[in-house]
Amino acid sequence: MEQFILGRLTWDSLPHEWFTLGGTGAFATILLGVAIFLTRVKRWKWLWKEWLTTTDPKKIGIMYLIIAFLMFLRGGLDAVMIWLQQSIGTSTSPGYLGATHGYLSADHFQQIFTAHGDIMVFFVTMGFLFGLINLIVPLQIGARDLAFPFLNSLGFWLYFAGVVLINMFFVLGGQFGSTGWLAVAPLSELQFNPGVGVDYWIWSLQVSGVGTLIGGINFVVTILKMRAPGMSLMRMPMFTWASLMGMILVVSIFPILAMTMALLTLDRYLGMHFFTLDNGGNAMMYWNLIWMWGHPEVYVLIIPVFGIYSEIVSTFAQKKVFGYTSLIVAVGAITLLSFSVWLHHFYTMGAGADVNAFFGIMTMWIGIPTGVQIINWLFTMFRGKIIFKTPIYWFFGFVSTFTFGGMAGLLMALPPVDFQIHNTLFLVAHFHTMIVGGALFGIFAGFTYWFPKVFGFKLNERIGKYAFWTWLVGFFVSFVPLYILGMMGAVRRMDTYSPSLGWQQLFTVSLIGAGIIMCAVGLQILQLIVSIRQRNQNRDLTGDPWNGRSLEWATSSPPPFYNFAVIPEVHSRDPFWEMKKEGKKPIKYEDIELPKNTPMGIYISGFAFLFGLAMVWHAWLFAIIGIVGIICCVLLRTFDEDTEYVLTAAEVEKIEKKNAKRYA
Amino acid sequence: MKTLSKGIIVIFIFIDVILFGKILLAGKNIQVLNPKGIIALQERDVAFVALFLMLLIIIPVFIWAFYVGTTYHEGNKWAKYTPEWDHSTKLQIFIWAFPISIICLLCVLNWVTAHKLDPSVAIASTNKPITIQVVATRWKWVFIYPQQKIATVNLVEFPENTPVHFELSASDTPMNSFWIPQLGGQIYAMSGMSTQTHLMADSVGSYRGENTEINGAGYAEMTFTAQSVTQNDFNNWVTSVKQSSNPVLNLDTFNKLAQPSQDNPVTYYSSTQDNLFTTIVTKYLAPGKGMEGM
Repeated sequence: MEQFILGRLTWDSLPHEWFTLGGTGAFATILLGVAIFLTRVKRWKWLWKEWLTTTDPKKIGIMYLIIAFLMFLRGGLDAVMIWLQQSIGTSTSPGYLGATHGYLSADHFQQIFTAHGDIMVFFVTMGFLFGLINLIVPLQIGARDLAFPFLNSLGFWLYFAGVVLINMFFVLGGQFGSTGWLAVAPLSELQFNPGVGVDYWIWSLQVSGVGTLIGGINFVVTILKMRAPGMSLMRMPMFTWASLMGMILVVSIFPILAMTMALLTLDRYLGMHFFTLDNGGNAMMYWNLIWMWGHPEVYVLIIPVFGIYSEIVSTFAQKKVFGYTSLIVAVGAITLLSFSVWLHHFYTMGAGADVNAFFGIMTMWIGIPTGVQIINWLFTMFRGKIIFKTPIYWFFGFVSTFTFGGMAGLLMALPPVDFQIHNTLFLVAHFHTMIVGGALFGIFAGFTYWFPKVFGFKLNERIGKYAFWTWLVGFFVSFVPLYILGMMGAVRRMDTYSPSLGWQQLFTVSLIGAGIIMCAVGLQILQLIVSIRQRNQNRDLTGDPWNGRSLEWATSSPPPFYNFAVIPEVHSRDPFWEMKKEGKKPIKYEDIELPKNTPMGIYISGFAFLFGLAMVWHAWLFAIIGIVGIICCVLLRTFDEDTEYVLTAAEVEKIEKKNAKRYA
Repeated sequence: MKTLSKGIIVIFIFIDVILFGKILLAGKNIQVLNPKGIIALQERDVAFVALFLMLLIIIPVFIWAFYVGTTYHEGNKWAKYTPEWDHSTKLQIFIWAFPISIICLLCVLNWVTAHKLDPSVAIASTNKPITIQVVATRWKWVFIYPQQKIATVNLVEFPENTPVHFELSASDTPMNSFWIPQLGGQIYAMSGMSTQTHLMADSVGSYRGENTEINGAGYAEMTFTAQSVTQNDFNNWVTSVKQSSNPVLNLDTFNKLAQPSQDNPVTYYSSTQDNLFTTIVTKYLAPGKGMEGM
């Protein structure tokens, strides 16, 4: 009976290591602080009614950004721990805190880089992107809301459930998987990983993966069906185009991930043999499946960011984007090609020259549309009038890092070269160049660019530029040594090495780079604090702080909860640019239909979280409660007809007039 | 741009040039760029050719980016400003054709070298090749010499200028990757599977070998030494290993050896059971079924 209720969860499994206790302590302190603060300012009800149960994509977007930023700090801490271990943990070094070398045991080190990878990809980069897409895409297409507002709330809360679930081992015990971020079989099978780490990984990603999938469906439908009148596909802003492509990718690949993890679950829970060593299991199948999802997944991270750069370059060069059609063809080509390159992650499995060469050539083709995009952006600036604000700095930072990273990538697309650098730190440096220098820089650029739209005031320019330079310097100082180390034969994921190899100096340089990056993140936090304190000097009263071109600038900053009092009509590719030229038109208000807030997303995700956690610990009773809870909530929501309300034209007029007075 | 920013960019380029110079000119520490075998040498040269081809497009783009960034900014009153100019068919043809032409060259390079340097291709040489069977276990490398009927752990010795045909598999371990950076590219060693690669050392020397694919707690220390010696020394070495004081490697002793252990010392086995490697590769198959059934 106890087995049925608590499963594998016993007193012994509760946390007792310094890092789990420390993590639990930190979480408890933060939660307690927030709780005390909310009680003192009496904002509990406000938080629940205005934020947690909201179906407004702008608020959901902000919540995505907050959670993603918290996870960014946690994943960053992991990164610093990895760097520290590698710079002090040579095989002759004394061990601290009970480790043989350095201060982390091999298993603990492996858990940390696994956590770093999973958190940075699934919960940071994806979270930031979903946040920005939520905030901006509805505004850019002139829509008042998403196609399925409730599903958007549910998607966010499932993502949040995944975030909590993957960090639950701090509180409830167990460990993180020590398998690498993709939990490759057969290492992730019971034979080699009997603990709960891989199970946490499976259920956290299953829960948040469902959230990502419904988010993807929501945005594909929204972009295809909810555009303002006159906005044909070929008049959509580039960020909307890129988001559409990214979301199409999400919808096509996340089922592969869900299915792959389901097969692994069958192996681990029911003793089946899909990927085991014995009884006909085939681990190579897992590698193919996970990379069929995994390669397009990294393009999900970068494709929307290409759109951000297109917007920024065009706005700050004060010029129409050059080669609009070309850019769309390029993004589309990358989307399609991303499906046909997965095998380049394991040329070294020995599939043979024909297979390797095919996937190598497909990979190289991706270099064409990527290069075309960069050249088109430069032609957009050519004969423009570039205003050097922080976002443009991030763009130039991106050009300098991304081209280097791209060259490294094309080198690895050659099977003979890949044989010599596969799985080394060269590879690690390559994909960090792409994801940090490409995706993360773009997210920072987009965040700075759209911040005044979302919050109503600009970020401090000076500290922003300091943060940019510190990031760029820190990036090169920490990752160039990794390229060199990789060619010296230093492989990834190693917690210790012989000091006679002469690698320690470069690892130390790399650690210093990590310190510089920490300073840069500190500066970004400082920038946020200073900007909030000086918000009255940097208010954006016009709704158009950058002399923008697309529809998100046509409404006030921050936009009213219904986005647009009057849905704009679109006659060209840069609708707001045209509107500004033509001047204002008389406004006629109308009734607006809006979705009601609902806590159902929280309830369903809560039960999904309970189900996942119970499955991790084999606590079948709670798993059943979780499933039944999910089904009941979904049924309740399905039969709830009262999900919308009408804001009358008179009310809209009242709000608009009040706003106009505030900005006058 | 302000002078400060320009200064920082110049410093940056300077640092980059120095770093890359350091990579290209550095001593033997950078193993991949300092090959000791024909395969590693050819693999490095493929990288150099590809790098050269890519620089043909990267350098102009960088100069172009620098020119655009420093010319067409707000402060420059003399620069031309055409806010409505957003299309030129001629330019678009050029923008696509330029990368396509370079990538096509790279694709040819890819196809040709992927076939020429595929690990299954034997190395042409006047010397008779030697076969060595490699079994990855947790966490050590077992080398079986089927012709000499000896075996070693964490040390592999072979004659110089002689093609070595490695046959690889693993026993009760997740995936592993076998790599001797100075001799040539890596290949996976997988339980229940057999892969192969061909390597050859140019001269006498001792090279570092390692595992690059995570396979559990002992992963980082799963290294071995690859020793290339003269033919005479090799023959003497084989004779000395064969002396009776070294243990015998049969299925029993192998299964004991294959138990997880870290930091294994170099060990020699004076003789091996026939077909030990095949037995290890096929041990996961149900009795009575051949590889064809998979």
